Amino acid sequence: MQGMTRRSALLTIASLTVALAAAQPARAQAIKVGELNSYKTFPAFLEPYKKGWELALEEINRSGGIGGRKLEVVSREDGGNPGDAVRAAEELLSRENVSLLMGTFASHIGLAVSNLAAQRKVVFIAAEPLTDKIVWENGNRYTFRIRPSTYTQVAMLVPDAAKLKKQRWAIVYPNYEYGQSATASFKKLLGKAQPGVQFVGEQAPALGKIDAGAVVQALADLKPDAIFSSLFGADLQKFVREGNLRGLFKDRPVFNLLAGEPEYLDPLKDETPDGWYVTGYPWNEIKTPAHQKFLAAYRAKWKDYPRLGSIVGYSTLYTVANALKRAGGADTEKVIAAMKGMEMETPIGPIVWRPIDNQSTMGAYVGRLAKKDGKGVMVNWRYADGALFLPSFEEVKAMRKE
Amino acid sequence: MTYSSILIQFLNGLASASSLFLVAAGLSLIFGVTRIVNFAHGSLYMLGMYVAVWLGERIGFWWSVPIAALAVGAFGALVESALLRRLYAAPELLQLLATFALVLVVKDFALWAWGPEDILGPRAPGFTGAVTIAGLQFPEYDLFLIGFGPLVLGALWLLLTRTRWGTLVRAATQDREMASALGVNQKWLFTGVFALGAFLAGLGGALQIPREPATLLIDLSVVSDAFVVVVVGGLGSIGGAFVAAFLIAEIKAFCIGLGLSQFTLVVEFVVMAVVLVIRPWGLFGRMPALARGAGAVEPPLVAPSPAALKALAALLAALALVPVVSGGYTLVLLTDILVFALFAVSLHFIMGPAGLHSFGHAAYFGLGAYGAGLLLLRAGAPMELALLLGPLAGGLGALVFGWFCVRLSGVYLAMLTLAFAQIAWSVVFQWDAFTGGSNGLVGIWPASWLASKAAYYYITLLTCAGGIALLWRMLYAPFGYALRAARDSPLRADAIGLDVRALQWAAFTLAGLAAGMAGALYAFSKGSISPESLSVPRSVDGLVMVLLGGIQTLTGPLWGAALFTWMQDAVARGIDYWRAVIGAVILVLVLAFPQGLTGFLRQRFAP
Repeated sequence: MQGMTRRSALLTIASLTVALAAAQPARAQAIKVGELNSYKTFPAFLEPYKKGWELALEEINRSGGIGGRKLEVVSREDGGNPGDAVRAAEELLSRENVSLLMGTFASHIGLAVSNLAAQRKVVFIAAEPLTDKIVWENGNRYTFRIRPSTYTQVAMLVPDAAKLKKQRWAIVYPNYEYGQSATASFKKLLGKAQPGVQFVGEQAPALGKIDAGAVVQALADLKPDAIFSSLFGADLQKFVREGNLRGLFKDRPVFNLLAGEPEYLDPLKDETPDGWYVTGYPWNEIKTPAHQKFLAAYRAKWKDYPRLGSIVGYSTLYTVANALKRAGGADTEKVIAAMKGMEMETPIGPIVWRPIDNQSTMGAYVGRLAKKDGKGVMVNWRYADGALFLPSFEEVKAMRKE
Repeated sequence: MTYSSILIQFLNGLASASSLFLVAAGLSLIFGVTRIVNFAHGSLYMLGMYVAVWLGERIGFWWSVPIAALAVGAFGALVESALLRRLYAAPELLQLLATFALVLVVKDFALWAWGPEDILGPRAPGFTGAVTIAGLQFPEYDLFLIGFGPLVLGALWLLLTRTRWGTLVRAATQDREMASALGVNQKWLFTGVFALGAFLAGLGGALQIPREPATLLIDLSVVSDAFVVVVVGGLGSIGGAFVAAFLIAEIKAFCIGLGLSQFTLVVEFVVMAVVLVIRPWGLFGRMPALARGAGAVEPPLVAPSPAALKALAALLAALALVPVVSGGYTLVLLTDILVFALFAVSLHFIMGPAGLHSFGHAAYFGLGAYGAGLLLLRAGAPMELALLLGPLAGGLGALVFGWFCVRLSGVYLAMLTLAFAQIAWSVVFQWDAFTGGSNGLVGIWPASWLASKAAYYYITLLTCAGGIALLWRMLYAPFGYALRAARDSPLRADAIGLDVRALQWAAFTLAGLAAGMAGALYAFSKGSISPESLSVPRSVDGLVMVLLGGIQTLTGPLWGAALFTWMQDAVARGIDYWRAVIGAVILVLVLAFPQGLTGFLRQRFAP
């Protein structure tokens, strides 16, 4: 402090003291939640996600917080890799003293943080990761997950696929766990629903690096009757354009996981393929009161329409708030007990937190793609309740190792 | 595959080859003349895409292409004259650090300017449909691209062989000191070449708009493809780049056509490794002229003074006392910093004194981590044993890969290390049953007596400080002096009876072992390990740490690792555009301290 006069130093200290004193009562009361995500790696999904939980936070605190205590979210960038994510989580736990953790997007990061949560004995509510393992093979009692997993979303599409009675199926998927497990689940479930069905070939381009022209030609060579795809993002856009140009989708039904989510559907614009069977989120057509209310609040706050990420962020923070209310505080064991079987509302319907595997019964919208005014929309959609498609308690028991 | 689908896959390959050639040609030109390893080439390509798709909505696609390319070219000229020009006298590879910082800044700029969503442009007017070839549909625009690539090749050939400017460029590619001595204005030549390279990258990006969306993830994937093409073709050879682009694109197309799509993950790196092992300077490259100039001369390492040793001992003592005064997160962060310090010092061990530039050092870090994790989970070894033996996997990897790598030199060596790292990465990534695939392994926790943060911090401090001290000590042993002799003058070293390759091979293996140790410590500190631990970004982090600290000094990597890790932690927490901020900080540091932090201090305070 050499350059500082004594007077200014004193003033600084005094003002700091005042500021601290002013902040003290609010901080002493607030319940802190740690949130971490790969905001810079997957901004298209995670910016709406963040807007979602920020809206929920505002609503929760406006209506009195958690039993009179304010809810506070401390949000961190997880750097897009598990090592940095674990460090960010450690920082939230030991420096910020958060009561529980939420967030993450990619499966491997979700699994790493879930593994840390079990080690440090804190509750972790996984928001985006779709991997089946986080609640099943690698499940632990501290980890909860809100979204319907890869398996569940595939199960939602399979009844429609079986109805078509197509013999020869070709499959294309991004080459990492999500795509691999989507493919494995689809083969297993469709094989069961339609005995004798044939899977004539697979294409597994590296994530983000599909050579779309060559992949489309290779799929056409297989002469399939129908195609199952779990591509998304830039890969999906390239695949759709090349497939349209080269006539791959003519007279061939295509099933594509996630392609109806606005994050992935909107960029397709006039390239949107007609009639694809997808899971997604037709935000502008859902007329339930719960969703209307959410939609109006979201648009008023952000001057933008919600994406699926917004629903996930919003519902995850409400899960946290509800669990804390039910538990009467932030004690880990009490929160776990409170979450078991907890029922709650979300903008897309009521959900239950299953006691057996800590998975919520959140569903997804299943429908067909169509073009409307040069934009992609979902038509003939219905809400598929996750509860109807999740594996039975016996199956889960066999998968969970704990 | 039928004959007609073979034909179509061949054409698919040609169309991809044209796109690949455009960005590789620019990279090759830039490297040939300025010797800059331009990491930001993919970012220039990405800028070309975004500018074109944004302009395309306003003035139409065909006008947007040349304007986007010119804009990116102008940006390239600006970057060269304002930034890179100041660094030509700095140690080799420092420009690499500057271009890495540019990658960060450009990425955040694109996010800020064009938002997070992918932007798929319209089809190219006039080429919106497909033609029927041998009964199959093929896009018209791809036919246009197939013709356009050779057109650019021809234009570049005319430019380089039929104009005075081209003659100067070729002269500078062969021997830039000589060209300069003959009165060629280097400044303008370098700016011109960089602008032309950037123009080609922007053009390549803009021309992709009808085929793929503009996305924020394209930059790094394009730059690695472009590097592979340039190196396979031979650095500085435009024709070589064309042949290599053709070769790689066709191999990829037929991999997909034959249903071996998983193999596309790594095929280009396998091709590169094979080519480099057989032809150490690429298909059409020549043995590079020895670099002369300020950057090449490195002062010999002097033994640290007693005062310096005392300072290091005091630092160690201070670090040992940290758990007494502070717990919790400080220890977590310091554990990370120590691990990366060992990693950076092991990389510096081969990059600095041994002169072997490795772009794939994370391979050994990751192998060590997986070695430890697999021993614990698959073999049921106790944690202490896994920590002790896991690093051997890193050493073993370095032993095998090193044997090939030390046969090469310069950028070719660097690219071969990168290729091996990618191959190791893809094996780990794909081998689900054993390595856990893309999810990696979870549940790798230390034994209970090491489980507390303080205990684990102490074991990390002990191991890392020991490892670093050992590596440093070796540099002052006869082995270290011999290594430096082999770097500074391989011929003379050979003449006095030193086995240069054996020395370098041993150094490479030792560095791999030390990196493996860092990896094993890392795995147990996180409780899990994923393929990212041996990916290219991790290798680049290591390079950044070494260069930031100062490659010509001994302790530089230590400070580089501490600064970079701390910066990522502190800046990412509070600032939305943290990537751009880190990039900007690196740029400022590079411009202010071209010798690295420690180099600067030494120059300033040297007796």
